Amino acid sequence: MGPVKEAHTTQPNGGAPKARPRLNAILDWLALVPFFLFALMFLVLPSISIFFRSFEAVDGSFTFENIIAIFTVRDFVNAYKSSLSISLITAIGGAVFGFLLAYAVVLGGLPRALRTFMVTFSGVASNFAGVPLAFAFIATMGNAGLVTRWIEGITGVDIHAQGFSIYTITGLSIVYMYFQFPLMVLIMAPALDGLRREWREACENLGGTSWHYWRYVAFPILLPSLLGTTILLFGNAFGAYATAYAFSGSFINLVPILIGAQMQGDVLFNPGLGNALALGMIIIMGVSMLGYISMQRRAARWTR
Amino acid sequence: MKGKNIWAWVILLIGFVYFFLPLFATFEFSMRMIKDRYTFEAYRQAFADPRFYLNFGFSFAWSLLTILVSLLLVVPTAYWVHWRMRKARPWVEFVTLMPFVVPAVVLVFGMSRLYGGGLKLFGMPILVLTSTPILLVAGYVILSLPYMYRAVDTGLRAIDVRTLTEAALSLGAGWRVILLQVIFPNLRTAILSGVFLTFAIVMGEFTFASLLAWPAFGPYMEEIGAMRAYTPQALSLVSFLLTWGSIGLLQWVGRGTGQEQIAGAH
Repeated sequence: MGPVKEAHTTQPNGGAPKARPRLNAILDWLALVPFFLFALMFLVLPSISIFFRSFEAVDGSFTFENIIAIFTVRDFVNAYKSSLSISLITAIGGAVFGFLLAYAVVLGGLPRALRTFMVTFSGVASNFAGVPLAFAFIATMGNAGLVTRWIEGITGVDIHAQGFSIYTITGLSIVYMYFQFPLMVLIMAPALDGLRREWREACENLGGTSWHYWRYVAFPILLPSLLGTTILLFGNAFGAYATAYAFSGSFINLVPILIGAQMQGDVLFNPGLGNALALGMIIIMGVSMLGYISMQRRAARWTR
Repeated sequence: MKGKNIWAWVILLIGFVYFFLPLFATFEFSMRMIKDRYTFEAYRQAFADPRFYLNFGFSFAWSLLTILVSLLLVVPTAYWVHWRMRKARPWVEFVTLMPFVVPAVVLVFGMSRLYGGGLKLFGMPILVLTSTPILLVAGYVILSLPYMYRAVDTGLRAIDVRTLTEAALSLGAGWRVILLQVIFPNLRTAILSGVFLTFAIVMGEFTFASLLAWPAFGPYMEEIGAMRAYTPQALSLVSFLLTWGSIGLLQWVGRGTGQEQIAGAH
């Protein structure tokens, strides 16, 4: 217990970190143990177990069949196609509209109060998801929904009688957009604020037009945050389970819906398949997260 | 400038319609329970159901537990990273970003498979996890971890942790005093932001509660939705007001501190 006596002689200046004895360095790490242990138990180990179980056959032996099944069985391929397309559509749609809305409230010359309101509401809307959101859209465009009745009242056409259904990828995309574009507003509003007036003035002094400013100055500066946020929106939609489940049950064959069904009652009759499906999601999310982080790094260059 | 202005108003109008049309439709729909009349019957029925209060209460309890565990885990860790363990920062931040990589449905799937039979050490069950809400609350802590950590971290960045701690130490304060009387009061806003966000996330959460089969407000709403018309929309609006309330409080508390929050669990 040699070095311990050092521990109580704390200098008024706090003691230089380099001079600290080894025991203190160990204690410093020990203070972080609860956090990392918690993450290990409830985040890392469950993820690792999914990885290993993806290669496990029904009898427990090693197999590649589950992974191969993801790429060959039609239901799985379709589920991934649906999940990827709904995420892509709503990420790009949400990014474009969210950017326009952020631009309108920050730089569009609108009253300041409207901006505050829109940003606050975006904070609420981006958190308003899951079961209640699904019900809200059923009340809006479902069989007896308000918009459905309006259209019928004006044109005399019952859109649902024409074989049209909202319980499709398109319908669900409209629902997802409700939490997608507000997220873009939340991130882009501060980014647009960060565009310095000097940059625009410098561009104008050099004889540049508004087009030149946006094409060669503002847009390149904003591009990393735009792309980064689009990736974030992609992941946001890709992992969504509650909204899709409450909106359409298992009408739409999405990967999260399949995993949920597998969990509730081994519908695939093979635990390994569920794990392989989940592993696919982790890999896609992981790759998009890497893209997001690298975009964030680029975006940060201009925010100093 | 005038043309630009009109264009901005048009975009704003579309945004308003997208935001409010579904809410208005939900409200209108919830009032149509009795034919040809607008009434609050659906709300009366929704609030008359004792299971509403039960499930709401459960969700409330889960969110309090989650907030407690999350605070105990995040505040000391984030403080320690700022004060002494700068070099641990990338690791801690990596962990706090991981919930974005592992979606809730995947995490709950992995957890239930891994701990389905309880936590065993040398074949002896040491912790029964599926008959206690440990997995549920742990899952919620993980779900809200990015938001809680970011909130507390932003708060810590705004104060000079090193100077405050060294000043307190040199005045002879113990660690309990430093944490509770020096650091904590300075972080009040940041912590409240994290708390409200966690509350909003947990109160409406569906995936974990449903798949782990615990009573909560989310699964209850879904169940009512499968059985009845009109009341689910009344519940949706209650849930919306709840989200609005917690985010509103969050932004009111965090006003002027540059605290930004983004997205919850879907």
